[in-house]
Amino acid sequence: MLLATFSWHEFFFMLFAILACGFAVGVLLSTNIVRMAFYLVISLGSTAGLFYLAGAEFVGAMQLMIYVGGTLVLLIFGVMLTAQQRFISLKSYGRDWVLGLAVGGSLLLLLLNAAFGVADWYTPRPKTSLAVDQSKTATPLGLALAGVRADKLETRHQDEEKDKRLKGGMSGYLLPFVIVSVHLLVVLIGAAYMARTKRVAPKAEPASEGKPD
Amino acid sequence: MADTINTFIGLSASHWLGYVLTALIHCALLLHVVAVGALVFIWMERKIAGRIQDRLGPTRVGGRFGWLQTLADGLKLITKEDLIPAEADRMLFKLAPYVAFMASFCAYLALPFADGWVGQHVNTAVFFVLAVLGLEVFGVILAGYASGSKWSLFGAIREAAQVVSYEVPLGLCVVVPVFICGTMNLVTIANKQAGLFTNWMVFHDPFTFTIFWVYFTCATASVNRAPFDLAEAESELVAGFHTEYSGLRWSFFFMAEYGSMFLVSGLATILFFGGWHGPFPIFGAEMLGWAYAPGASEWALSGYLANLAGCLNFVLKAVVGVTVMIWVRWTFPRLRIDQVITTCLKYCVPIAAICFLGALAWEALDIPSPNDLDLMTSQPKSTVRENWVIPARKLSSENKTTSHQPAPTTAASQQDPAANTAMATGPQDGPRSGRPGGDL
Repeated sequence: MLLATFSWHEFFFMLFAILACGFAVGVLLSTNIVRMAFYLVISLGSTAGLFYLAGAEFVGAMQLMIYVGGTLVLLIFGVMLTAQQRFISLKSYGRDWVLGLAVGGSLLLLLLNAAFGVADWYTPRPKTSLAVDQSKTATPLGLALAGVRADKLETRHQDEEKDKRLKGGMSGYLLPFVIVSVHLLVVLIGAAYMARTKRVAPKAEPASEGKPD
Repeated sequence: MADTINTFIGLSASHWLGYVLTALIHCALLLHVVAVGALVFIWMERKIAGRIQDRLGPTRVGGRFGWLQTLADGLKLITKEDLIPAEADRMLFKLAPYVAFMASFCAYLALPFADGWVGQHVNTAVFFVLAVLGLEVFGVILAGYASGSKWSLFGAIREAAQVVSYEVPLGLCVVVPVFICGTMNLVTIANKQAGLFTNWMVFHDPFTFTIFWVYFTCATASVNRAPFDLAEAESELVAGFHTEYSGLRWSFFFMAEYGSMFLVSGLATILFFGGWHGPFPIFGAEMLGWAYAPGASEWALSGYLANLAGCLNFVLKAVVGVTVMIWVRWTFPRLRIDQVITTCLKYCVPIAAICFLGALAWEALDIPSPNDLDLMTSQPKSTVRENWVIPARKLSSENKTTSHQPAPTTAASQQDPAANTAMATGPQDGPRSGRPGGDL
């Protein structure tokens, strides 16, 4: 029976993938900036769903918090402050499409090349039972931040040489993390500086013209 | 649970129908918590508001205390016309209430009601709940924008400013119990506070005690309750973001609001007040010994009853939290927007940061706290582990038959020695086991 071998994992993977891709296309095709933001929310939310499906709970929650929650609240906030008649609908011209296609297409090519360039990523693995239950992604991530790379401690390959290469360069993520944070802080301060209300020098008020009370 | 249902109907343990039924049962139960909870809380709000203002509140519908007033209101709302303003962005206007309600409801998926009674076991449940709860603001902002009304837009802008500010201290407050317990798993956090009430996180040290109040303030602000209800602000903005809504769509906003009130109160209960563990461990090993032993996987009536009592305990504590929120709403006047931001940035954030450092120092310097005495617990809290993650029964069946995924045959794993070792070490030990592939 077909239904008996029905796999929920594949079903949800396809569902989330279609949602993510479909609404990403929606972002491209929509001209209303707030609808674009809304489609982006759904697209990013589905990506978070994919992370959960893969057992990466921490990354999934991170996706929801950082991308869906933080960035898009700011985005909508900004949109509403700037949504005046001129920007309310964004039309793309032909040249924008050409530029966009060139940049996006080359990025896609790069990613495809990377995805199919690493043998580990496309060779089919025997299906082990889904490790969702015992996934503790938060712990290794926290350790990696402090400098203990759990992924480098394990012995993945049987090959001595390969394992040695894998374990080389044990370093934490704290320094890059701090550098990125400081960078973001600078960007935020800069954005706040540029977006602040321009104060008009107070004009000398004409003297009261003696209105009747 | 899916395999239990499947064997009950007489299907193979991994049949798809069991999974559908399990999901439906979980969703229905949680939906009841949100919807029926909203009914009760709205009635409670009106009664408490009445008493605080020296009047009676609803008295007629459904007997003496007006028990059924909310139900009557609900029926009235269903019969109302669903108006959409001409200026509105129709699609977003229609969707916004569902977005708000969905965010509030989805967070319940990871909220445990008793030891192991949770919709979906999520190891980073605290993070998940906070992340999903933060999405509720989308519903409000979309509603405010899509209504095409000035009042609504003002409400939405205020909401955005407020929520973005209050996420920061809220996160700082939640982190403290998380690092004291060393886990983001809500079930484990609550189980580490088992025993006498002195084991509760709120009594851990003066800093956790302070930070609970900061948490409560920020939670009130993040669910838009008075005195932080600037997005609605009846006396200034008509009804803020839901000015243009009527009928059922309007009531969805209310269900979302009361749902998230209960949610943040429940989160406070688990993080600071021991979750389902009462002030006295009646069902614990010292007194009755009914509660499930850690790691137990067999169903037992005594354990079930203990869990039921724990669930009641949890709901009671959370309802107390909601009651305090209602009490606060009818006691304090609404803050101005600048006062709201001042409260956040000049008071909540610094206090939370100082308490964070203080609690950190308390732990680092190993200063004793009542929590370390482990009063009335059979198990020292340092040994509480996330042992429900893989119930022993499931684990053994998985090792024997490699249950619910069809593919992993022994032939396949013999072909690939790396996968074979991965299978052997896989389910038992944690993150550093040889899981194949770059899953980090």
